[in-house]
Amino acid sequence: MQTIAETLVAARVCGGIGRAAIQWQAEQDGVDESAVRARMRGTLAVMRQSVQDGLNPAMRSLSGRVGGQAAKLAAFGQPDRMGLLGTACAYALAVAESNACMGKIVAAPTAGSCGILPGVLLAVQEKEGFSDDMLVTALFTAAAVGRAIALQATVSGAEGGCQAECGSAAGMAAAALTELYGGTPQQAADACAFALMNMLGLVCDPVQGLVEIPCVYRNAGGAAQALTAAQLALSGVACPIPCDEMILAMKDVGDAMPPSLRETGEGGCAACGGLCVR
Amino acid sequence: MDMFDLIGPVMIGPSSSHTAGAARIGKLARMLLGGEPAQAKIGLWGSFQKTYQGHGTDRALVGGLLGMEVDDIRLRDSLTYVQDAGLKVSFYNAKLRNAHPNTVVMELTNRAGRSIRLQAASVGGGEIVIQSVDGLETAISGHINTLVLTYRDTPGMIARISGEVAASRLNVATMRVARCAAGGEAIVTLELDGNAEPELIQRLEKISDVYHVAYLPARVPNVAGETGRDMPCRP
Repeated sequence: MQTIAETLVAARVCGGIGRAAIQWQAEQDGVDESAVRARMRGTLAVMRQSVQDGLNPAMRSLSGRVGGQAAKLAAFGQPDRMGLLGTACAYALAVAESNACMGKIVAAPTAGSCGILPGVLLAVQEKEGFSDDMLVTALFTAAAVGRAIALQATVSGAEGGCQAECGSAAGMAAAALTELYGGTPQQAADACAFALMNMLGLVCDPVQGLVEIPCVYRNAGGAAQALTAAQLALSGVACPIPCDEMILAMKDVGDAMPPSLRETGEGGCAACGGLCVR
Repeated sequence: MDMFDLIGPVMIGPSSSHTAGAARIGKLARMLLGGEPAQAKIGLWGSFQKTYQGHGTDRALVGGLLGMEVDDIRLRDSLTYVQDAGLKVSFYNAKLRNAHPNTVVMELTNRAGRSIRLQAASVGGGEIVIQSVDGLETAISGHINTLVLTYRDTPGMIARISGEVAASRLNVATMRVARCAAGGEAIVTLELDGNAEPELIQRLEKISDVYHVAYLPARVPNVAGETGRDMPCRP
């Protein structure tokens, strides 16, 4: 399962990308599928706690610039003002802020993009009542897609820009959402391709090199992109570009990015002199 | 690369290189030193020097020195634990040549008075390399059970050391030897397939001209995933 195309072949046999990934991991570890599911359930528990941690309005990062903003977003969304989108963005921001504040998080695929996947999955679980077991399978869907991205391109912002971090996280989350809502493996691949397409070219430009600005807000934005991409795919819109080609395009764009836009803290947002104090 | 490398590791934020990697360096340095550290002079270089406060690199290094793992929530407040732990810590801006941007140098002394110097780099995604111990070149990643011996460079030492390892029916995966000068202090780094029992460590310590034996077991992934895996992860 090195590419999305190979992953789709395995998914046809196993009845889904997530199930194929569980089987693959169990074979790798030489253990029962129940053991790898149990391990992922532990990961899900950390994700859930990281959302709760990040919703604490008193939380502040070491620089003092982020923290407590997810609580504002969550409060604004009550009682269902912005719907699923508002909840997913608030949760994604919560996890990203928790990361910035030295909280415990699950890198998914990286620490800088750790909010997107738990943000959308835990938000849709609240709305739709999906079981934890279903979320565990969806996390494996995300992992398989992320692995195909990492093997063919990169998930590192220093190598490929934010499109490789938050873009990959959104692609992984979009695929996970699609299988969670009963979409086919092909639709999940399309959802990932849409997310990568819509976040193509996003640069990695952390202010003062810290995983704070714009990183935490990009997690909120990435959650929205993941939901949009999953909706497109689930509604039957086929992505005109195959997912593997989108991954390679992302790599090419990353390779073409100047170093100043790849996590050096020089270009983009990092080059803006004034930071608002409000 | 497996599925849990993409959904994982569980770690304390904000950065896999500047926080999780730093904690791993601290933990491995503690194991290399042996015993409880009493003094740590820590020099930061490059991006570590410029951004350590915002990334909690100092807290992570100290937390690791105190034995904390990358997913230990106490990393955040590790500097408040040093007094109770009897650890004196000082930081300074190191000046290095041709070093990786995320490099740290440490001079450590334990309660028994043993001192070591080391240089390590956090090379991305939580991956780290201990590059030298007491000025002797090594390459310790922490991914595999590793024995590190310092000894006086005399003929037959490698055979005696590897003989003891073989007597424990352990396979050596990789081996790296360096020395400062013929007949001077030397270091051998042995990566093992399997776990070194305390008896093996004791036998190695008894070999004449062996100065110190450090054993750095790789962290075993927790099946429940609660405590996370020790890597790899990414920035």
